Amino acid sequence: MKELIGIKLGMTRIFSSDGEAIPVSVIEAGPCVIVAKRTPEKHGYRAIQVGFGTKRNSLYNKPELGHFKKSAVEPKRHLKEIDYDGELEVGAELKVDIFKKGEKVDITGISKGLGFQGVMRRHNFGGGSSTHGQSDRQRSPGSIGSSSYPSRTYPGQRMAGKMGKDRITVLNLEVAQVLSEQNLLLVRGAIPGKKGTLIKIRKTNRKR
Amino acid sequence: MRQIDQLEKGYMKDNVPAFKSGDTVKVHVKIKEGDKERIQVFQGTVIGRRGGGLGETFTVRKISSGVGVERVFPLHSPNISKIERLRQGKVRRNKLYYMRKLTGKSARIDEMLSEKEGDTKEKSKG
Repeated sequence: MKELIGIKLGMTRIFSSDGEAIPVSVIEAGPCVIVAKRTPEKHGYRAIQVGFGTKRNSLYNKPELGHFKKSAVEPKRHLKEIDYDGELEVGAELKVDIFKKGEKVDITGISKGLGFQGVMRRHNFGGGSSTHGQSDRQRSPGSIGSSSYPSRTYPGQRMAGKMGKDRITVLNLEVAQVLSEQNLLLVRGAIPGKKGTLIKIRKTNRKR
Repeated sequence: MRQIDQLEKGYMKDNVPAFKSGDTVKVHVKIKEGDKERIQVFQGTVIGRRGGGLGETFTVRKISSGVGVERVFPLHSPNISKIERLRQGKVRRNKLYYMRKLTGKSARIDEMLSEKEGDTKEKSKG
């Protein structure tokens, strides 16, 4: 399993050699340091814990510092567990060059929070009629159920509410370019979240 | 943001000639036919530039056999081999969309003759 943690930097476009403009999302991916390992013997499953990014030293609390000290690596801002079955030791670094141009990846992140939205925006409802004697109905949801039976609104009825800020995985995105010196990964198409969103990149598990 | 700007710089052309809306330009476009490549020239008036950085585009309008034709070119596309400025126009805005409604004599743009104000008028097609 190839996996990395990164930060979304935004979108731009690049030109391929035959002049095609490719819309790309730019991700600052890695380097991810292996901070700890999970083994079947001790933990019941296999994974590695990686650290990514930095923050001011004064922002780490003592338990955090102790954790990093134990594995003798620099303190990192984010800690995540990722699937890994290869032979890697604590302290090793995973870099963006584990991905190659043309490979397909899946990208997971938290989408932009859009706040409280009505049913037209949130669920693509049609809204009400502006004519035929109607008033104040243009963006309303309409009926939310029948009357005396069941005398209640069924659970799961789609209504207005908080939209966005969901965990979204976009599958099968093509790696457009890998810039290993700057730790940048360019992926064709849009990815979840705004600039600065923490992003998980893994080799796709879709079969072609 | 800085990283994206740097990344874009790597793709940007550094030899883009100065031209503005209202100018008459010749755009040399590479066209691929099968495995052959040739250059086609599109000549017309620039009626707008939009965007910035690597995504900047400009629109060129010309009248081709009586029909108005507009093409939008990405400024930094490798398919554009050359941009020639033939004539500087004297216009007061960036987007010259009003040109679409004009025909004949009114669809002309005065030429800018000096840096400050061209007071001599010269005719050309729109």
